[in-house]
Amino acid sequence: MNPIAILLDNGPRLWDGALMTLQLTGLGALIAAAVSPWLALWRAYGHPLAQAPLRLYISFIRGTPILAQLFLVYYGAGQFRAELTSLGLWGFFRDPFNCALLVFAANSTAYQTEILRGGIQGVPRGEIEAARAIGMGRALLLRRVIFPHAYRIAWPALGNEAILLMKASALASVVTVFELMGRTRQVFSRSFDFSVYLWAALIYLAITAAFVVIWRIAERRLSRHLAARAKGAHP
Amino acid sequence: MTPPIVSPTGAAPEIIVQADDIRKSFGQIEVLKGVSLQARNHDVISILGASGSGKSTFLRCLNFLETPSSGRVTVHGQEIVVRNGRPQDPRQVERLRTRLGMVFQQFNLWSHRTVLENVMEGPVLVKRLPRAEARDKAEALLLRVGLGERMQMYPAQLSGGQQQRVAIARALAMEPDAILFDEPTSALDPELVGEVLKVMQSLAEEGRTMIVVTHEMAFAREVSTRVVFLHEGRVAEQGPPEQMFTDPQSDAFRRFIAKIR
Repeated sequence: MNPIAILLDNGPRLWDGALMTLQLTGLGALIAAAVSPWLALWRAYGHPLAQAPLRLYISFIRGTPILAQLFLVYYGAGQFRAELTSLGLWGFFRDPFNCALLVFAANSTAYQTEILRGGIQGVPRGEIEAARAIGMGRALLLRRVIFPHAYRIAWPALGNEAILLMKASALASVVTVFELMGRTRQVFSRSFDFSVYLWAALIYLAITAAFVVIWRIAERRLSRHLAARAKGAHP
Repeated sequence: MTPPIVSPTGAAPEIIVQADDIRKSFGQIEVLKGVSLQARNHDVISILGASGSGKSTFLRCLNFLETPSSGRVTVHGQEIVVRNGRPQDPRQVERLRTRLGMVFQQFNLWSHRTVLENVMEGPVLVKRLPRAEARDKAEALLLRVGLGERMQMYPAQLSGGQQQRVAIARALAMEPDAILFDEPTSALDPELVGEVLKVMQSLAEEGRTMIVVTHEMAFAREVSTRVVFLHEGRVAEQGPPEQMFTDPQSDAFRRFIAKIR
């Protein structure tokens, strides 16, 4: 075992892997972040019957292992190659990265939707009424009152979700995506030096730590109006 | 005291808000059983009543925060048509609301925006006024309600009385034809009630049209031009305050003022 040598020999590989981990997680989380606000509104304000398909989707995602979802898409796509080709989708599903991205985006969408729904339901009712009473329409109300509050409320939980997603992205290595865990396994299988796993763990930790710092700073900015109260300027 | 304002031609001032036979039920309970009210320009109408008499619900029906179950609301001669329990044209309701300001019991300032932003919000986003112009106006209004020093603060940093004065400035910034006040002093500590009432009185003196749901008898008696007393979802009595307070006609109102004293 020689941790230093293994890092020196395989640094670029692990770096590549880390970049792919960031890409997979970042893209997945961003796609989910673009879709989930609308689904969250649907969950918060939609008619119970209209919500049924959405709830089904969310409970499927929450109730099944990501690994199972990953296999479902990756091997499932292989089974339906002919059909996918005729639809012009085979090019997408052929790449395991895309399969993994699809699964992670779908996954994070479900979780972010539920988190944001909680945020939306936590918006002070009186502030919504004040906005309506001043003549705001639906779009303004969402943009100026509901979403700013909802995101403030949901922010810590959304950060948690991003971290969980990042760690779950290690599963993509099982379907031959060479993200950080994939690269690490590759290095291990050639060197049989387990210390490479230690390096992988440290890199995951570093990514998480950096993310937490950035998220906190953003949270502080979002919470200026609450921090002001804590300072106790109340006359 | 507000002198009765009569237009040069001697005709009565124009009607701003008219509500006819408003009824409102929540489930099985009928809260409003046919309430009518007419507010002319420069009227200051106090709506009194015990809790549960429907006065807040009635006020909220005027700007459609509640949709009346039946009856007719007309603002500046324009009727808001209700179909299937909701206003037929939401845009029309939005336009109506820009003309009727509202001040809430719990202030309902937007807690994530500064005092100045709260006052600028409606003019900039709803009326699409240029920012600079909206800012000048907002600053002037905040000075007027005595909060020139606190424009950059967040609502949570202000006392209740200050928040309510911001809320009044926010309503004024839209240059409404009338302002609805929903128990504006009921959530305030007693020592903070005066500063809010003073602002309201100054609005009345400059001839603003106001409809005020309140428990402040002194305000109803001395500032308002007309008092409407609601009892169990109906108008039990209405008239000029002096007359009503010295010579109440209905049993309900007589009992009500006896309890207050």
